[in-house]
Amino acid sequence: MKNGIFKTFFAFSKGARRFFLAAIGASAVSIFFKFLTPRIIGGTVDAVLGADTGGLPAFLAAWLNTGGRLEYLAKHIGLCALLAVASAVLSGVFNFRSRVNIAKGTGKYVKALRDRLFEHTQHLPFSWHTDHLTGDIIQRCTTDVETTQNFVSTQLLEVIQTVLLLIIAFALMFSMNVPMSIVVLLFIPIIAGYTCFFFGRISRKFLECDNAEGDLMVQVQENLTGVRVVRAFGREKHEQAQFDRKNEIYTGKWISLGYTLGVYWGVGDIVCASQLLATVVAGAYMAASGRLTLGVFITFISYAQSLGGPVRQLGRILSEMSKTGVSLRRIKDILDAPAETASPEEETPDLRGDIVFDNVSFRYGDKQVLRGVSFTAKGGKTIGILGRTGSGKSTVTYLLNRLYELPEDCGTITVGGVDIRKIDRYYLRRNIGLVLQEPFLFSKTVFENIDIATDTGDLEKVRQAARAAAVDDSVMAFPKGYDTVVGERGVTLSGGQKQRVALARTFMMGAPVMVFDDSMSNLDMKTDEQIRTSLRENAGDATVLLISHRISTLMTADWIIVLDRGAVVQQGTHEQLLAQEGIYRQTYEIQSGKGGETNG
Amino acid sequence: MAEPNTSRSRLSLKLWKRIFPYIKSIRKYMIVVLVGMVVSALSESVYPMFTSYAVNRFVTPGTTAGIGLFALAFLLVIVIGAAAVIVYSRNSIIVEMQTAKMLKRDCFRHLQELSLSYYNANSVGYLLSRVMSDTDRISSVISWGIIHLLWNLCYIIGAFVSMMLLNVKLALLLLCIVPVVAVITWVFQSRLIVVGRRIREANSRIVGAYNEGITGAKTSKTLVIEEKNCEQFRAITSDMYRQMVRRSVLSGILIPLVLLCGSVAVSEVLYAGGRGVMRGAIDYGTLAAFITYAVAIIDPVAEIARVINDIITAQVCLERVTAVIDEEPLIRDTPAVEAKYGTVFDPKPENWEPIRGHITFDHVWFKYPDGGDYVLEDFCLDVPAGTTVAIVGETGAGKSTLVNLVCRFFEPTAGSIRIDGTDYRQRSQSWLHANLGYVLQDAHLFSGSIADNIRYGKLDATPAQIEAAAKLVSADRVAAGMPGGYDAQVGEGGDRLSTGEKQLVSFARAMIADPPIFVLDEATSSIDTHTELMIQNAISRVLHGRTSFIIAHRLSTVRMADVILVVDDGKIVEQGTHDELMASGGRYRALYEAMEIREQESPHR
Repeated sequence: MKNGIFKTFFAFSKGARRFFLAAIGASAVSIFFKFLTPRIIGGTVDAVLGADTGGLPAFLAAWLNTGGRLEYLAKHIGLCALLAVASAVLSGVFNFRSRVNIAKGTGKYVKALRDRLFEHTQHLPFSWHTDHLTGDIIQRCTTDVETTQNFVSTQLLEVIQTVLLLIIAFALMFSMNVPMSIVVLLFIPIIAGYTCFFFGRISRKFLECDNAEGDLMVQVQENLTGVRVVRAFGREKHEQAQFDRKNEIYTGKWISLGYTLGVYWGVGDIVCASQLLATVVAGAYMAASGRLTLGVFITFISYAQSLGGPVRQLGRILSEMSKTGVSLRRIKDILDAPAETASPEEETPDLRGDIVFDNVSFRYGDKQVLRGVSFTAKGGKTIGILGRTGSGKSTVTYLLNRLYELPEDCGTITVGGVDIRKIDRYYLRRNIGLVLQEPFLFSKTVFENIDIATDTGDLEKVRQAARAAAVDDSVMAFPKGYDTVVGERGVTLSGGQKQRVALARTFMMGAPVMVFDDSMSNLDMKTDEQIRTSLRENAGDATVLLISHRISTLMTADWIIVLDRGAVVQQGTHEQLLAQEGIYRQTYEIQSGKGGETNG
Repeated sequence: MAEPNTSRSRLSLKLWKRIFPYIKSIRKYMIVVLVGMVVSALSESVYPMFTSYAVNRFVTPGTTAGIGLFALAFLLVIVIGAAAVIVYSRNSIIVEMQTAKMLKRDCFRHLQELSLSYYNANSVGYLLSRVMSDTDRISSVISWGIIHLLWNLCYIIGAFVSMMLLNVKLALLLLCIVPVVAVITWVFQSRLIVVGRRIREANSRIVGAYNEGITGAKTSKTLVIEEKNCEQFRAITSDMYRQMVRRSVLSGILIPLVLLCGSVAVSEVLYAGGRGVMRGAIDYGTLAAFITYAVAIIDPVAEIARVINDIITAQVCLERVTAVIDEEPLIRDTPAVEAKYGTVFDPKPENWEPIRGHITFDHVWFKYPDGGDYVLEDFCLDVPAGTTVAIVGETGAGKSTLVNLVCRFFEPTAGSIRIDGTDYRQRSQSWLHANLGYVLQDAHLFSGSIADNIRYGKLDATPAQIEAAAKLVSADRVAAGMPGGYDAQVGEGGDRLSTGEKQLVSFARAMIADPPIFVLDEATSSIDTHTELMIQNAISRVLHGRTSFIIAHRLSTVRMADVILVVDDGKIVEQGTHDELMASGGRYRALYEAMEIREQESPHR
């Protein structure tokens, strides 16, 4: 399982790898020069000021001791200072290279990951989207990707850099003085270990804080969303009390976390300062007995100071890395779901012919949704489908559009005599205009929304479609007309208006088959009627499937099919069905107010 | 939500003064923080003095006498410093969280009082981030921002005092580097903030795109626009990539540049100090201490510049939060009314007059506060107690205006609305709302159980009362259909229930308090016939004996009404009984016939 995650992780590093390698190389050089600077200073103190080349590497000492070079430097000590600055400049330049490369690598990596995730979600089957909670998927695509990004950009590279830093620092230290190096080295596992230990506990507390924040957030959000309910029931006091309670918990959790953090920081300071203390004392001890030069002593103090921070960081990163594993697994779950494959058959027949369902059965999960459904929708006619919630009426449309794939041995659906399993899926969807029960509008302008599938850019055509959907007047009444951006939670568009924009969007497609899955439920009956009239006028020779639980919507259809529990129980014209005992007449009576129970 | 153009100009003390009352109440923690911080900064700033002492006392003379005592003294300073860190960090988290808590509470409380017109103008997401993230940001700047600022300031002062004691000339030399570091950091930070904002914007575009891409995935499939979506998404991520690289270039220059300043400072010390050593004017210990200080002083200087920048950025958050708190509620009870009947947070129900439900619209003029024409002009209507008023009209005709006025979500611009003969502005809002049952078109439920949601209508209701109310409106069937019955969780916003089920539960919620006035915005959305029947039953039970206002979409409901108001284009165009309006053959008749489409022989009751 672990392997799988790594595979997912590396799959996106293709374009990024060279940047990461360049970054690591540049950091190594930068770190080397960074640690060289104190060495130059220490060396200057020893050799130039103290005329003692004992602390220097042999070749350098030999070079300096010939031809009065040491004396020359002593007179021009500025040269040593320049050398130190030069080393620092080089360190800075490579540090810059490393940072930019990290950003480019991470940027490429995350872009690849995001693009892939987005593409994948677009191409996942319809049923996958039905089965998964949108909120959860969005969180995986955003928060978990950010965790991964963090891992790549800071954690992974900082670990590598810290390891490089330790290697280089210790190589330099050991070349100078072995016992002192050991004193400094001893503290490394202590610092890393204690940080790891603390961060384990701290992250647990962080989780509690996150949960408390989530609770508080939900409370505020529900309060704001339901403000009318709160007001109408006069529950401001009650809401405030609940809020105060959750706010108190949230505050308490954070303060408790703060206490742990305080101890962590305090102890961290003690450990890091102890390292300095040990270095100073051990150095002083050794220098006093002549086993250490002053310059080397100063260099070691610099090193001890610059190691503490990164090592503390390392401990923290190590303890946080486990989060990334969780995030990657959550991302992997999405990527592992099989996407819709390109259909091997690519027939693109004329779809104006009869639509025939022949003995179609369909299971969704372990639920039998359709049982041997057979009916014929004559080309160019309007067919109504009536059914209660859960009768399988929506499934009929999903199957027709190949949003659900009909398995081989479960009957056949043909359009104009061609089995839809042989028709190019995208061709099919483009030519069967389907309006979903809860259509989604994109946060673009109304114009762009109506023109989204057609891309004509032609306002007249868009308005024509809008007129057919009885929404042109409403749109023109907006201050910005067709440039009105569809806002969140219907702030600008009412439910009925949204539904009508979705209808206009489908009218734009001018498809030979149009399917309306309860698409007029948010409209009052007059608008419903108006739209159906214009549909009859504009549909031309299109085949229309109207799905509804409203008799008034269906009664004008040429042929009506009644579905119940996944089977066709009645079919006929309005008049024929009214004449029969059955669901159709029952429904009609309830809706026209003849149902006996409603009397009040 | 895109951030408004930030006034990145300068620190506004006037604005930050708003925070004083909050800090005042927790000043004892603040004082502990300040003291602990000074101790910590000062103790850390003397560390190099120990190096200096060690060099002069032990290394140069080559003796180890007294090194034990030295180590002990050093350790003592370390422990004092660490203890101070623990003390101040504990107290500063208290400062931070208490400030956040108070800010959040005030924000939330004020939002409870603001008028609905304010909610219409501001999205939930916008308000949510005011209450949650802005307040956090402000309090974090108050505690940690100020701590970092003062800590680093103390450190710099402590270090300079130490250095001056060691060698004045070298200390002044080092001082020159300070403004350079400060200016560099300042300039780059300002730019980084701008890029940072662009990155956040790009990020929220990405989140938005995912939101749309996933929420609208099904629709995208029916329209076959998957590729188009992907293309647009790739353009957003490409922009993100560019911004990320830009940021890295800026910060990639800044950090090495600051580090370089440190190296320049060290070299200065090495140069000037080294010459001093050779002349014998400076001892080795001083040189060693200065080399350490030269490196150690750079970070605090950079940090100060960064923190000041941070504080200025956080100013935007403060501006937005105070804007919420300063917003005047449009609808307010007068002081006299508050004195007698109490506020929403502290009602005095013992003084409330009982309500019968006789409502009179007396020459009411009304227009919405966000502009436009009058939607009610000199509107008069007498609604005796127990009367049902149905409001009908086309989608988007403005049917909710009257309901908003009855609920006092808005008040008449001119004229008055009287309840039992008294202008409702002479009573408190809580009084009205306590006597009002309200069912929305999109029934909004709160997360919690079904019972919790019904209890919302009457906080002290017993389980038996809850069940009785549920039974009255058939919501008992909803509970019966859920595992756990009345204790079944409805999920966030009631998501686990269908639209129809939510509506039934909201009926029970409205009924449990047995309100004399009832307001209903009938659902139009997709509800299957069976549930719809239950809802119609519920409505007929609910209306009985109550003054009701109904935005009606169903024939059966309209027929139950005593008075029907026909709304068109925001205005009431006809009013009367069903028979009167049918007889006049106007707008209502057209509407009714449309509703009735070809139900020719269906008899009216």
